Amino acid sequence: MTEKYIARSRAVAARILDAEMIIMSATDSTLFTLSEVATVIWQAADGRTPLSQIVRQRVCAEFDVCLDDAYRDAEAFAEDLAGHGILRISDRPILDETSGPRVHL
Amino acid sequence: MTERRHFRSESCPSRETGALGVTVEIGGIPISLRGGDPDFCGLIEQRYAGFVNPKAQPAFEFEFDLDSPAEPSNEDARVFKKGFVWFFERGDFRAAWDVRSRRGRVRQSPNPYSLDTVLRIAHTLVLAGEGGFLIHAASAIRDGRAFLFSGVSGAGKTTMARLAPPDADVLTDEISYVRRCKRGYRAYGTPFAGELARVGANLSAPLDTLYFLVQGPENRVEPVSPSDAARALLRHILFFACDRDLVQRVFDAALAFVSSVNVAKLVFTPDSRAWELIQ
Repeated sequence: MTEKYIARSRAVAARILDAEMIIMSATDSTLFTLSEVATVIWQAADGRTPLSQIVRQRVCAEFDVCLDDAYRDAEAFAEDLAGHGILRISDRPILDETSGPRVHL
Repeated sequence: MTERRHFRSESCPSRETGALGVTVEIGGIPISLRGGDPDFCGLIEQRYAGFVNPKAQPAFEFEFDLDSPAEPSNEDARVFKKGFVWFFERGDFRAAWDVRSRRGRVRQSPNPYSLDTVLRIAHTLVLAGEGGFLIHAASAIRDGRAFLFSGVSGAGKTTMARLAPPDADVLTDEISYVRRCKRGYRAYGTPFAGELARVGANLSAPLDTLYFLVQGPENRVEPVSPSDAARALLRHILFFACDRDLVQRVFDAALAFVSSVNVAKLVFTPDSRAWELIQ
């Protein structure tokens, strides 16, 4: 399996409000609201941590879900957000985006 | 406390250039509009009657060059920044506005509706810097407090404005003006009118509640969660620029707003009884 790395785009504004992560794209002002699991993945998307590690250490540790299912869902989620330009996916660490947007809690 | 402003409408030559000029003060922010010709200045005075303030010290200035007449364009305005200069462009106008000098230049057709868009864009940019915004909402003052009624086209903004009781002052039926102040937020009247085709009262008052309008079989107020309020608010804030810093500011402003102002859903039947809930 090829490792995947994900990084939050810098062209977004994001904040947790009322236990929900709300994200606004700076390119087209589209709004996104993430589920609890998706929020965990989003917050861990630093461009350096492999997606498999995020799923294993964060998702499976915090939610009652099996690794294979969680990884498949995480991949789909990442690709969906990447399609909207608010997340980047690469098969190598994404060093230029690691600072990402500041996530206000 | 409600603030009432009375301005005498008069066009006056600029002290510096002798060119014709009109200062339009909306939301307590005077913008000087200079150039054009006497006819166009007359049009501006008519269009912004009640908001022309020749005595105000302009916070910003726009110099006008008039193009050949053209209808306002239906396309979206493009708003972008290069260095310290904002550019606003649409089929019927082109503007450049330097935020350092606080001066801008507009080339547009002699149409007050094109100017309307230029002014709205300028005000959204100014307000974004201080935590305020323009929002698609009707608004009114009652008992010294301001109430906003937001919704998509057809939700009932103009209806709520039209049904306002005699003791309410309508600030606008289309575009509401919200500024952050020391003790919260304040709503101001605007000349930006919708179907009512009437400029709002040039008044301001502390903001009490933002209602999102939904027409229904009865009148009732429903709570809205902070995250739902933030999402709905962000959908209705006037926002023109695809600029990262500005998006962050507007986003932060919306979230700060829903954290400190009452936000609710107003389900209403289109008759005056809906106003019985607005106290």
